[in-house]
Amino acid sequence: MLRFYIKGLFRDRSRSLMPIIVVAIGVTLVVLMQCWVTGVLGDMIVFNARFATGHVKVMSRAYSENVDQRPNDLALLGTDQVLEDLSNEFPGMEWVERIQFGGLVDAPDENGETRAQGPGGGMAIDLLSPSSKEIERLNLEKSIVRGSLPTVPEEILLSDEFATKLELEPGDQVTLISTTMYGAMSITNFIVSGTIKFGAAALDRGGMVADINSIRMALDMQDATGEILGYLPGDEYDDLQAASIAASFNEKYSSEADEFSPVMLSLREQNTMTMYLDMVDYFKSMIIGIFMVAMAIVLWNSGLLGGLRRYGEMGLRIAIGEEKSHIYRSLIIESVFIGFAGSVVGTAIGLFFASLLTKGIDIGGMMQGSNMMMQGVMKARITVDAYYIGFIPGIFATALGTALAGIGIFKRKTAQLFKELQA
Amino acid sequence: MRNGNIITIEKLSKSFPIGGGEFTALSGIYLTFEKGEFSGIVGPSGSGKTTLLNILGSLDTPSEGQTNVLGRASTQMNPKVAAKLRKQHIGFIFQTYNLLPVYTVYENVEFPLLLLKKTAAERKKAVLEALEWVGLTDKIKSKPSQLSGGESQRVAIARAMVKKPDLVLADEPTANLDAENSHHILQTMEKLNQELQTTFVFATHDEKVIGYLRRIIRLEDGKVVSDENIKK
Repeated sequence: MLRFYIKGLFRDRSRSLMPIIVVAIGVTLVVLMQCWVTGVLGDMIVFNARFATGHVKVMSRAYSENVDQRPNDLALLGTDQVLEDLSNEFPGMEWVERIQFGGLVDAPDENGETRAQGPGGGMAIDLLSPSSKEIERLNLEKSIVRGSLPTVPEEILLSDEFATKLELEPGDQVTLISTTMYGAMSITNFIVSGTIKFGAAALDRGGMVADINSIRMALDMQDATGEILGYLPGDEYDDLQAASIAASFNEKYSSEADEFSPVMLSLREQNTMTMYLDMVDYFKSMIIGIFMVAMAIVLWNSGLLGGLRRYGEMGLRIAIGEEKSHIYRSLIIESVFIGFAGSVVGTAIGLFFASLLTKGIDIGGMMQGSNMMMQGVMKARITVDAYYIGFIPGIFATALGTALAGIGIFKRKTAQLFKELQA
Repeated sequence: MRNGNIITIEKLSKSFPIGGGEFTALSGIYLTFEKGEFSGIVGPSGSGKTTLLNILGSLDTPSEGQTNVLGRASTQMNPKVAAKLRKQHIGFIFQTYNLLPVYTVYENVEFPLLLLKKTAAERKKAVLEALEWVGLTDKIKSKPSQLSGGESQRVAIARAMVKKPDLVLADEPTANLDAENSHHILQTMEKLNQELQTTFVFATHDEKVIGYLRRIIRLEDGKVVSDENIKK
C-alpha cells in the first residue's frame, strides 16, 4: 500500500517536485547558515582559545581563583615537571606557557631621566624558540604596525597607541618597573623591537608582548609560570573532549587541600565562555527553529493547495473504503518522504556552498589593518552537525505542514468530500 | 435484512441546513432492494437521487428513519464500520470516472484490492479478470489521460467490480458519454449483473440508462412518486 502511494507521489510532480524544491531551499539555507555561524562564531572561540583560555588551561588553584588579577605571586611552580606530566598524560596535545604581567613602562631621555611613563599590561609568550607556534597562533607578524618582532630576549613589542603616547620608536629603550613573584621590585630594560595593533581598546592603551624567558628573569619566575595553555590535536575545540581531559587531569593532580596544586579548566569553564558557547548553540537552534516555522508555513499552504486539488482523490479513496485516519496517515508518510528527499538535496547543496565558503571571505581590506583580535577572514566551517541538521526542519516542517493541511480532511464531512468527486 | 432484501429503507428523511433554515432533500422514503436487481433511481436534478445513493453507500446518514444495507443498520453505523462496508461490499461508479491520473489502468483497478490486503498474485488474477470483463486487457499500462471517455468509464467499472461487491452504486454513469459508449457501458454492466448476480442501483435521468433498468424508482422533490418493475 505504502509503495503504491509513494509511486503515485513521485509520479505526480506537482505533489513531489514543488515541495521537494521548497524543502531543499530551506534546508540549503539551514545548512549554509549553520556552517557560517559555526565558522564565524567558532572563530571567536578559536580567538579566545588562542589568546586567553587555550582549549584547556592549567594554573595553580590559588591563581585560578584570582585569575582576573593575574596574581603571579600565586603562579604555578615546578612547571617543567607539570609540562612533562601533561605531555605524557595527553600525547598529541600542544602545551604552551604564558605569563600575564603588568607594571610601569618608563621611557627615558638621552640622559636616562624619565621622559614619559605609563602603566602597561603584557603577555609573555615563547617568541624565540624555533619550534614555537605562538607567533602564528597570535597573528603577531601581521599585527606589526612599525618595526619587527623581537629576535633577542631583551626586545619587547608595545601597542602602537601606547608607543605613540610615550613617543617611542622601534629601537628605543624602555624600562619595565614591576614586582617579582616574591613581591620585590623588578626593574628591567628592554628595546622596543616594534609596535603592534591588538584590536581591543584596553590592550591598545597599554599592551605589551615579550618573550617568556626574559619576563621570567625580570619577575624572578624560574621554573614557574602563570598559565599553561593546552591545545587539542588539529587545533579544533571539542567541548566534551576538553571537559574529559580537564576532569582526568584534576582527578590525578589537583587537590582541594593544596591551593598551589595545579588545576585544569576547559575553555567553557573560563571567563564568560559558558554563556558564549551556550549562545552559539542558542543561535543554531534559533536558525533551525525559524526555518522550521517558515518552511512549515510555506508547506502548510502548499499542502492546503495540494489538498484542495486532491479532495477528489480523497473522496474516491473514501468511497472505495479507506478510512479518513488511514488517508491522513498516508499523507503524513508521503510528507516524510518528501521531507527526506528535500533534506538530502538541500543538505548536498548547502554543503557544496558551505565548502566554497570554508576558504573564507577576506574582510581584512575593509578593516584598518589587521590585528591580533581579528582574523581578517570570515569563513564557514563544516562540522558533523551540518550533515544532519537540515533533516530536522526538513522532515518536521513537511510533516507539520501536511498535518495542519490534512486537518481539513477530518473537518470535512465524508459526504462533502465525496461530493467533490462530482465537481 | 428481511425477506432476502439486501437493502431496506424505512421512513427515511434527510435534511441539510441552509442559511438559517433547512432543506429537505429526502422525505418519507420506504424502499427495499433484492439481490441481483438492476434498478435505477430516476428523477430530475435536485430530486434527491445522489443523496439517496450516498446514504445507500454509507457515505451519509439519514436525518430520520433508518436503513439497513447488507445487514448493517444505519443506527449502528460509525465511520469505521461504514468504511469497512464500502471496502468489502460496495463499488462506486461515477459520472466523471474519477480515475487516479498518475496511476496506470492496472494500478487504478488494483487499488481497492490493496485496501483489502490481497496478495500480489490474488490482485493480479482479479485485476486481469476485471479488465477482461470490460475488454481492456490491452490497456493495462495506459494512463487515464491516454484513454477515451468510454474506456475510462470501463476502467471505473472494472475498479468497482474487481472485488466482486454485493452492491454497485452508479451515479449518472453515462452522463459524459456519447450514445454508442453509453450502450456499451450499460451492456457491460448488465452482463456483469447477470453473471455475478451483483446488485446495481443507478441514479440517473438518462433515457438510455432507463431503457436498461428492470426496476425504476421515480423521485420528485425528495419523495418516491412511483416504483415499477419492468418486464424484459
